[in-house]
Amino acid sequence: MTDLNTNPIGEIERITVSENPRSQWWDVWAQFKTHKGAVLGMTFFVLIILLVLIGPYIWTLAPDRPDLLARNKGPSMGHPLGTDQLGRDSLAQMLAGGRISLAVGVVAMTLSLVVGSLVGVLAGYFKRLDGMLMRFTDLFLALPLLPLLLVIIMLFRDTLRAAFGLEAGIFILIVFVIGITSWMQTARIVRGDVLALKEQEFVLAARSIGTPPWRMIMRHILPNVMSPIMVSATLGIANAIITESALSFLGLGFPSDFPTWGRLLFDSTNFMTLSPERVIWPGLAISLTVLSVNYMGDGLRDALDPRIRGR
Amino acid sequence: MTLKSILLGAAAAVALAPMAQAGRGDSGHANIIYWQAASIMNPYLSGGTKDIDASSMVIEPLAHYDENGAMVPTLVTEIPTVANGGVSADLTSITWKLKPGLKWSDGSAVTANDVVFTANYCMDPSGGCQQLAKFADVTNVEALDDLTVKISYGKPKPFPYGPFVGSTTPVIQAKQFADCMGTKAPTCTDANFKPIGTGPFEVTEFRANDTISLKANPNYRDPAKPAFATLTFKGGGDAAAAARSVLETGEFDYAWNLQIAPEILAQMESKGKGKIVAGFGPLVERIMVNLTDPNPKWGDERSTVKHPHPFLSDINVRKALSMAIDRKTLVEVGYGKAGQVTCNVLPSPAIYNSTANDGCKVQDIAGANALLEKAGWKLGSDGVRAKDGVRLSLVYQTSTNAVRQDFQAIIKDWWRQIGVATELKNIDAAVFFGGDQSSPDTFQKLFADVEMYANNFDGTDPEAYMGSWKCSQIPSPSNAWLGANMPRYCNADYDKLVAEMSGTADLNKRADLAKAMNDMLMQDYAIIPLVWRGNVAARANSLAGVKLNVWDSDLWNVADWSRK
Repeated sequence: MTDLNTNPIGEIERITVSENPRSQWWDVWAQFKTHKGAVLGMTFFVLIILLVLIGPYIWTLAPDRPDLLARNKGPSMGHPLGTDQLGRDSLAQMLAGGRISLAVGVVAMTLSLVVGSLVGVLAGYFKRLDGMLMRFTDLFLALPLLPLLLVIIMLFRDTLRAAFGLEAGIFILIVFVIGITSWMQTARIVRGDVLALKEQEFVLAARSIGTPPWRMIMRHILPNVMSPIMVSATLGIANAIITESALSFLGLGFPSDFPTWGRLLFDSTNFMTLSPERVIWPGLAISLTVLSVNYMGDGLRDALDPRIRGR
Repeated sequence: MTLKSILLGAAAAVALAPMAQAGRGDSGHANIIYWQAASIMNPYLSGGTKDIDASSMVIEPLAHYDENGAMVPTLVTEIPTVANGGVSADLTSITWKLKPGLKWSDGSAVTANDVVFTANYCMDPSGGCQQLAKFADVTNVEALDDLTVKISYGKPKPFPYGPFVGSTTPVIQAKQFADCMGTKAPTCTDANFKPIGTGPFEVTEFRANDTISLKANPNYRDPAKPAFATLTFKGGGDAAAAARSVLETGEFDYAWNLQIAPEILAQMESKGKGKIVAGFGPLVERIMVNLTDPNPKWGDERSTVKHPHPFLSDINVRKALSMAIDRKTLVEVGYGKAGQVTCNVLPSPAIYNSTANDGCKVQDIAGANALLEKAGWKLGSDGVRAKDGVRLSLVYQTSTNAVRQDFQAIIKDWWRQIGVATELKNIDAAVFFGGDQSSPDTFQKLFADVEMYANNFDGTDPEAYMGSWKCSQIPSPSNAWLGANMPRYCNADYDKLVAEMSGTADLNKRADLAKAMNDMLMQDYAIIPLVWRGNVAARANSLAGVKLNVWDSDLWNVADWSRK
């Protein structure tokens, strides 16, 4: 019975000491890794971001330089994705367009997230603000989006252009317009979660030791509503890219020589029967980006929810 | 006779019957698509072709131009001339005789008083009549009797066919518009949307900037016409979708003004559902150069003659902008067979076409650069020329349209090569051409440095058209931004030529004057002509009777249209 001489508890202790303490984010990552779609989506999203960031330095053709001798060309060595009706290189346009589309997506998402979470948390946590903020949210939900966008763009385009210059002015306008019209869903979801959290014992315990509201929100409420916020964020990117596409598609938004994926798609529709690949590239880029971001959101949601994590 | 042959005969008779006695409403329903939606049915309050064309189905002038540019009587018995006594020997008056028995669509009789009323309606000094140029020099319009109208001019009028000839100046009903004179004109929504007319159709439902539903006018003068009982005039969308709806899907019977890439149009036509029709009129795609400062800092005085443009008031800059353009390429890219190179704003009819400016047919970027250099515009480190702190950076606006955006992109690139930075802006066509007073984006307000669009004149006489660039035609807040002098061009010599032309009867002399005016505009580079455009439209194979008319409304003979 020599086996009994070894101390099983000591064995376990040794293992615990040798490993670093596991952080919460390590757990999240471990869980995230198990979601194949999410990993694939993230890889693709990172790839696209790298491509549009570094791409224009490698592929140096100017996206807005017409070459009238090479119009409507199919894919070739000189133009891997072909050229458009004015001989502008499609690859260069895709890369330049991706920068703007993704930037609009990420910034508009951040804006809508901040506004949405703020309104949601405040409405959920402070009873006095609840009614007012939620009616405010309802008001925004009831606004017809597209006409509102048209009016805002018409009214403020010139002012912003004068203040910030052409590109920055329109970028700010579009991002603001998209952000300000898409925070309501986040606010509602966050408020619902906060309301439920508020009644839990750990909140009561924290309150009973005199935690002030600000600390309460930052330390106890916000970390627990991270998962719905993250999901809103990923969906928000997709939504912003699509809204920007729609605006470009309508000939609003950025000027006509400013490629964005939405505008490329719009311009190509006329040539759909002549050179179908021109519609496919931007369409594919938009769809795949949105899809990859959605998968990422799905994986993040699972990973951030402590009740699902580890199952 | 076998039973079979009898049946066949009967079947043939049934099949042939409608053809033999085609009557009003036999062809059923027709769908017309204008990708710029009509916003009003009153050409006196709108300069847009879409509005003029839409209203031409309902309200008619005394005489039309046919597809060859010749006048044909519409509401009158004949075209008055000096020979038949209709025009006085001293050329100061013209007398029109209405056809007897004409009725408005509400059943009341058309009288000379309606014509007189229409003239007073447009000439009301407090109103903003868009067609006022047509009534130039008219001193008096009077009804001699129920069917006779005499138009008197203040001076001999060699071409007295300005008012009431062509779809821009139709006759409106005095009773309906009685309370709509002067400043009240735009407030008469009902009359402006559903005018009572003499035309083949009447409006049943008008949805501004969308769809107009029409039905055959029961009181139309020809009992057998129109062949269509009902008609839908759909507006909106874009040119490519309109072309596709006629040529590929067959949803619509007629599509107007198909300004899309030539290779695409040809491909659509090959589907075999419809035909492309084209005609060359005086339509010129041009860049209007704003000679006044559109800077927002001037507030209400923005783009008015009070503030000259910081750099476009220098003729060297304007000339260089024109020299940098390769018009041949523009034709090739944008229009194919539907366009020609031109250096004139008045290329047609042929006798008015000047050859003095043909130098513009060749692109000269090096020359343009040298010109700017000599004029003191030095190239900065950012590739943009500047002088005394003024940078050659301009805003270039036009309507939203695939070909126009292509032109913008190409021209921007050429201008970049001469050190001019360009910012492109495109505006929805319905807004750009809409004439809405509250919108900052209309082509009249021109809150940009240059703008591009196409324009033409109806009829064959360019006097009124060339009169558009008089000082008095400059749009400004004081005349509610009406007038067609977009470049804000003001030249006493030019005004003198306009005055001289209106007093000259000899056709060749008139041609010389028109050419001189054209040359003055071209050599001052107030207008930069780009492409002489043919009108391109599409009709369904089953639609008969379409005669594309470059001298009048596309729908001038809609009464004769029928289903094959």
